[in-house]
Amino acid sequence: MGGRHSEVTVSMSPTSASKREVWSWINGWNIGAVIISAIVILPIATVIFIGLTPNDDIWSHLASTVLPLYIATTLQLMIGVGLGTLVIGVGTAWLVSMCRFPGKRIFEWALLLPLAVPAYVIAYVYTDILEFAGPIQSLLRETFGWTSKKAYWFPEIRSLGGAISMMTLVLYPYVYLLSRAAFMEQSVCVLEASRVLGRSPLRSFFSVALPLARPAIVIGISLVLMETLNDFGTVDFFAVSTFTLGIYDVWLNMNNVAGAAQLATALLAFVMFLVLVERFARHKQRFHNMTAKYTDLPRYELQGSKRYLATICCAFPVVFGFIIPAGVLTGFAVLHFESAANADVFRFAGNSVILSGLAAIFAVAIGTFMAYAVRLGRGRLLGALVRFASMGYAVPGSVLAVGVLVSLGALDNGIDGFMRKNIGISTGLLFSGTIVAVTFGYLVRFLALAFGTVEASLGKITPSMDGAARSLGHNPLSTLRRIHLPLIRGSVLAAAILVFVDSMKELPMTVILRPFNFQTLATYVHQFASDEQLGEASFAALAIVCFGILPVIILSFAITRSRPGFPIEVKVP
Amino acid sequence: MKGLHLYGVSHFHGDKQILDNASLLVPAGELSCLLGPSGCGKTTLLRLAAGLERLQTGKILIDDVVIADEILHEPTELRGIGLMFQDYALFPHLNILDNVTFGIRGVSSPEVRRRAMEMLDQVSMTDHALKHPHMLSGGQQQRVALARALAPFPKLLLLDEPFSGLDASMREQIREETLNVLKQSGVATVMVTHDPEEAMFMADRIKILGSNGRMLQSGRPHDIYFHPQHRLVAKMFGLMNRFETVIDDGCVDIPLGRIHAPGFEEGQKVEVLVRPEGITLDSNGGDGVPVEVQSTHLLGHDNIVRLRLTNDIENSIINNELYVRVHHAFEPELSRLITAGVDPKYTFIFALENKCTETMDSPISSNRSEQHSTELMRGEINP
Repeated sequence: MGGRHSEVTVSMSPTSASKREVWSWINGWNIGAVIISAIVILPIATVIFIGLTPNDDIWSHLASTVLPLYIATTLQLMIGVGLGTLVIGVGTAWLVSMCRFPGKRIFEWALLLPLAVPAYVIAYVYTDILEFAGPIQSLLRETFGWTSKKAYWFPEIRSLGGAISMMTLVLYPYVYLLSRAAFMEQSVCVLEASRVLGRSPLRSFFSVALPLARPAIVIGISLVLMETLNDFGTVDFFAVSTFTLGIYDVWLNMNNVAGAAQLATALLAFVMFLVLVERFARHKQRFHNMTAKYTDLPRYELQGSKRYLATICCAFPVVFGFIIPAGVLTGFAVLHFESAANADVFRFAGNSVILSGLAAIFAVAIGTFMAYAVRLGRGRLLGALVRFASMGYAVPGSVLAVGVLVSLGALDNGIDGFMRKNIGISTGLLFSGTIVAVTFGYLVRFLALAFGTVEASLGKITPSMDGAARSLGHNPLSTLRRIHLPLIRGSVLAAAILVFVDSMKELPMTVILRPFNFQTLATYVHQFASDEQLGEASFAALAIVCFGILPVIILSFAITRSRPGFPIEVKVP
Repeated sequence: MKGLHLYGVSHFHGDKQILDNASLLVPAGELSCLLGPSGCGKTTLLRLAAGLERLQTGKILIDDVVIADEILHEPTELRGIGLMFQDYALFPHLNILDNVTFGIRGVSSPEVRRRAMEMLDQVSMTDHALKHPHMLSGGQQQRVALARALAPFPKLLLLDEPFSGLDASMREQIREETLNVLKQSGVATVMVTHDPEEAMFMADRIKILGSNGRMLQSGRPHDIYFHPQHRLVAKMFGLMNRFETVIDDGCVDIPLGRIHAPGFEEGQKVEVLVRPEGITLDSNGGDGVPVEVQSTHLLGHDNIVRLRLTNDIENSIINNELYVRVHHAFEPELSRLITAGVDPKYTFIFALENKCTETMDSPISSNRSEQHSTELMRGEINP
């Protein structure tokens, strides 16, 4: 028993936990992740800092004039869009998940299509169709012999109600996607247990499936509301006075950065609330998946006229959210081919591709780095920091634009001052108003998309893979390169495409951060369509919609195979 | 000293203490088994040794060189430790050959290949070299994982429950093959398991851990089985017959007879543990205590017999049932009266109250183990 004496316990004084923490923090991955997080948080921090700094009393002026209107309008918009997407999203998800009716297989993916259409594009299309001079009203006037606007009533599209309808039509897929995924992930055992205990299929759905899916539905709605707060194109075009529009108004028309930052800070409060709701729901969702037994859900065969009613209900959002706008745009593009598909449009498309491509590459590279750093560190602190840094997706583009512009402006001034003092040359504005600024804005906003997707995918690789590779003599970087990257390739590609397409559709930040006279497809469409020249913009708008279909394909691919072991993991958004 | 040495290791996961001042010494060239119930911290010890977790308190040395303490943390990839996981962790995107070559570095590529094929040959897997892991059975995956871990010539090999993922039918065969490969390679090995039989079969030396990584006993399989130094060690191998009594004139009285118990204080309260195979039965009315057969269960080689003492003696017995393991040839009829005796070789006596520390068998007897005894009392006969 040679070993016994050495194994006899030796009393040692425990080292303090803080000392350990400090030492274990020092490595390239952690330092890199902290620096990147700091840079990404900077724009938001800048907005909050300026917003909370007392400044020439613009706030009291705003509060007494426009603020109540902004709050009321924004809340109405949120409630309207929230309810609309809830009904359409959960309703259609329930129909395609639980019932059999004609066209069900097609609707499973077709219901996602409206996601491809940016809200501002659909707004331009419907305005063109439904306004006084548009084809519908013209037809009505001709048919009934009305001559003036006063002779009949027709809903005004350029209104709060119009904005709610437009956003509902293109945002409901978030709710559809998440509630459908939740229905599909539910263990069939739970539903069968409910049936065995004597409940009808319909009652089982309401008493079991729906409550279980509630966290997912809440997440979907909060994503919808974040997008609603982000929207600039629609509310600008319809002149609906939301916070976002207010920020642009105060900034660009009143030339008041501090006021814009203060409005942005107030808007952030809304967002923080949504983020908390979403986090809470995600937290709850974890406890809802108890068993690993997934089989096809029992489907309820609809009878008689109910079958066609179901088809019509599912067709409605697809037709109005995708087929009509895409069809109208295609028609316009054919009709105005000469003027719409000009050399400028192709140049702008090139600009869009370059910006979005840069954003996608940076977002995926940095997102992968951060996700892997969190995996290596396993520290709660780093995880929390990175998660905080990836909150950009919740922050409206208008707020980020203010933050990016102000923080880059300060950086430019700093460098300029330093160079003038020490070398005697003026560098001017190095970053502001360049594509660096736009790319940085995209990165801040869409990093979460890349990070979340990569992190979820990494999470499916058992930690013993890391241990095996390390024990076989490979350092963390080599392990990432030779083990993790080959295994998560699919998800990394999916993340890149998602970021690419979202950057391409992005309007509120691009409008402000782009270089002078620099157009992307989105800004071009915005500029021409809001001048009621939809024909000119139709080709570009159609291009955006076509790019937008890419993530729809990825998402529908991911959701139908969202079973254990499938390599592509997509986090929405 | 050559080998692995951990000492004074305390470890927390969050607020939960996993290891409390645990120490472990594994000499080179031996196969040591860490045996203990789940949650005793044995896997954590392994992960700390491999560097998969950062050491919080204590020291880890390999061949007398400190590789980890409160400040120093030599990364896993520089420790030269081979590691085999419970789930094997074969890289799914690489074929078997590439899996095995993954860890061989610093030699020319033909040499890498030659070495890998040699390893695959040792585990009889050369035919599968170009397959991918998902095409192999569990047993084949286990062999590949072993070949992969041994390929870089590790100073030390750590095995985490290497057979738990296998079917019972395959386990014995794979266990034997693995033992042969390990003996051939001569590498110092630490294996973690919760299966005492597996540990007895594989180990040169068994180290039994109690809660929080406390070393209860370290020794050769024979010592562990016949000379347990702690009640938990004695109970490791399954159900025991348990009696409480007091030392009377250097002996203890249990219903099966009087057993010599040197080294205890007079009047000391003790528990007496008798292995099921330590009770001898005689159906021909020989010497012993009369008992009644309650049930018999044929296990294969052995027969499990449940008995009831007919003359329930006033003292000490908690449950007047006896649990006996005999050769299958002995198959008494139900409800028949037979006689039972006890073999002192299979009988272990531990002090119950902590008055006396110089007990015969348990130098590590402490307050903490006393807390367990109450929980364990009821579980003795119930599987």
